[in-house]
Amino acid sequence: MSSQVMTAEKRKSLDENDVILEVTDLKKYFPISAGIVFQRQVGAVRAVDGISFHVVRGETLGLVGESGCGKSTTGRTILQLYRPTEGSVRFEGQELSTMAGNDLRQMRRRMQIIFQDPFASLNPRMTVGSIVSEPLQIHKIYSNKKERQQYVEQLMEKVGLNPYFINRYPHEFSGGQRQRIGIARALALEPSFIVADEPISALDVSIQAQVVNLMEELQDELNLTYLFIAHDLSMVRHICDRVAVMYLGKIVELGPVDEVYDNPQHPYTQALLSAVPVPDPQVEENRQRIIISGDLPSPANPPTGCNFNTRCPVRFDLCFEEPDPPLIEVRPQHYVSCHRVT
Amino acid sequence: MSLLLDVKDLVVRFYTQEGTVYAVNGVSFELEEGETLGIVGESGSGKSVSSLALMGLIPSPPGKVESGTVMFEGRDLLTLKPDQMRLIRGKEIAMIFQDPMTSLNPVLTIGTQITESLKLHEGMNTSQSRKRAADLLDMVGIPDAYRRLDDYPHQFSGGMRQRVMIAMGLSCNPKLLIADEPTTALDVTIQAQIIELVKQLKDEFNMAMIWITHDLGVVAGIADRIQVMYGGRIMESGSSHEVFGDSRHPYTEGLLGSLPRLDSSGEEKLTQIEGSPPDMRNEPVGCPFAPRCDVREELGLEKCWDERPPLETVPAASGDGAHVMSCWADIREGVA
Repeated sequence: MSSQVMTAEKRKSLDENDVILEVTDLKKYFPISAGIVFQRQVGAVRAVDGISFHVVRGETLGLVGESGCGKSTTGRTILQLYRPTEGSVRFEGQELSTMAGNDLRQMRRRMQIIFQDPFASLNPRMTVGSIVSEPLQIHKIYSNKKERQQYVEQLMEKVGLNPYFINRYPHEFSGGQRQRIGIARALALEPSFIVADEPISALDVSIQAQVVNLMEELQDELNLTYLFIAHDLSMVRHICDRVAVMYLGKIVELGPVDEVYDNPQHPYTQALLSAVPVPDPQVEENRQRIIISGDLPSPANPPTGCNFNTRCPVRFDLCFEEPDPPLIEVRPQHYVSCHRVT
Repeated sequence: MSLLLDVKDLVVRFYTQEGTVYAVNGVSFELEEGETLGIVGESGSGKSVSSLALMGLIPSPPGKVESGTVMFEGRDLLTLKPDQMRLIRGKEIAMIFQDPMTSLNPVLTIGTQITESLKLHEGMNTSQSRKRAADLLDMVGIPDAYRRLDDYPHQFSGGMRQRVMIAMGLSCNPKLLIADEPTTALDVTIQAQIIELVKQLKDEFNMAMIWITHDLGVVAGIADRIQVMYGGRIMESGSSHEVFGDSRHPYTEGLLGSLPRLDSSGEEKLTQIEGSPPDMRNEPVGCPFAPRCDVREELGLEKCWDERPPLETVPAASGDGAHVMSCWADIREGVA
């Protein structure tokens, strides 16, 4: 009962029709080449293999899955940091996959990315001030140097960094502070959409909550839309409105977080959720784990039939014959791709 | 049950160019036979260094075990000579590390690496040790084990490599297995496989285990006792039910509050611990958590800054074991 009340309180007033991002049948294959002098393509890593979803303005969509499932590639392909092999990415009504040059650069002001590793994603030779103001210079916002610095100082304050440190270098900051620098840089151009690619996985537990709280505050304040890529399923439940579970380049389940977590339909989602440890010995003692055997198959050579058929505990004939079970809506907004679910 | 390991007042420092790093500052704990102790802490809390110290694996220089005793079956491991220690390491106490990619030698076959300790400690010949190695691989769930002895580490996936590490660790039936973040580099479904495997093997071999991790969820499921470390000190220690169910230290409390839970919809905001972990290059005075502690601030406690709180039995512990903590305040009572 109380949880229902709280859900109603937190639920953002989202307009379901205000779609900010629409991804349709997106594919990203990386070629595998062989030969020393004459390079020829001998295969492809199907990192993202035909996924479709949309994101509503103001919401946080979680993208979860194990390493190698294509979640980061999806994020980067949406931003056109990788060009898609096939499919369409419509952002604020405009098709990005065919866009290039200056048009694309203009669109990049509206969409930004926060990277996983705050140690690798900041140039060690640049001061915080120049890191945060670089996007402003590229897009020629603020010709006046003084105004620009003031704006950078405001941004630093907004993400909880002391503006006094504007001339310091990244190595002088802790991991959590560096991630705040990365967030300030992403916010500099006032984007509406941010891809957060595992923004907290490199941080200590006590720092993760700080960064997540900051991201939530900024979302409320600036009406940001997040695509939150993560493998920490507990954090995804906390921060996201909806979640998409990926396996081997495909979305296997998609729906509102509480619905997917409380009532997972795909055997992979079920196994994934049951594998996440809960910090409570009493809960842990009574939990039934679904242990799936084996490892993730290679995305260069996915199994025939359903992608999950090598590890699935409930597979049957059809799973080996019929590829790509369609995403079926099992409940309002809750989609599952499994031959067992009809 | 009898006492297997008794660590008293362990102090480890590293003398580096940037100054002295006060890594472990007086850590004492005990371990019974067959018991699993979970050591939880963030990076730099001294959790790995204290376990490396008891294996005699602190690189020296720059590291130095300044003081303390590590009694293992009646002997002080810190006073043993290197060749005596070598007879214990791998045989009586085995260790598995976080990163199975870097802790296996890439140019030796898996078989060579597993049989090495069998030949050294058990005096087996090549065919005996290969047979035993194949049995071990089979036991940790590697299919077609005998043939895979001749494979190299790169031919195994991350989860499989960690299984190989476990097989190596168990090869001489150790009395104590130290697992230093063994599942941190792995995906959750593979982590679940490894945890199940270790739990089952632990019972089979009846060994004690120290499981070092930053993941409170992992130890909740595996450890009998939990020890929370911060700034090279033990903050709180007790049975896992007590530490999780009745945590008394402001740091433990803060850590649990900052974790979202899979089993609750978690609409409330996460409670965050302000600030960042201490710089271990500063000589520790007082409580290491003092700069970040709300309880200290609320109660206006001054002695947290300059007096180190002793590790004392928790007042009114509900009591299925020794629940101790190191804090001047009692958060349940809200008094100093």
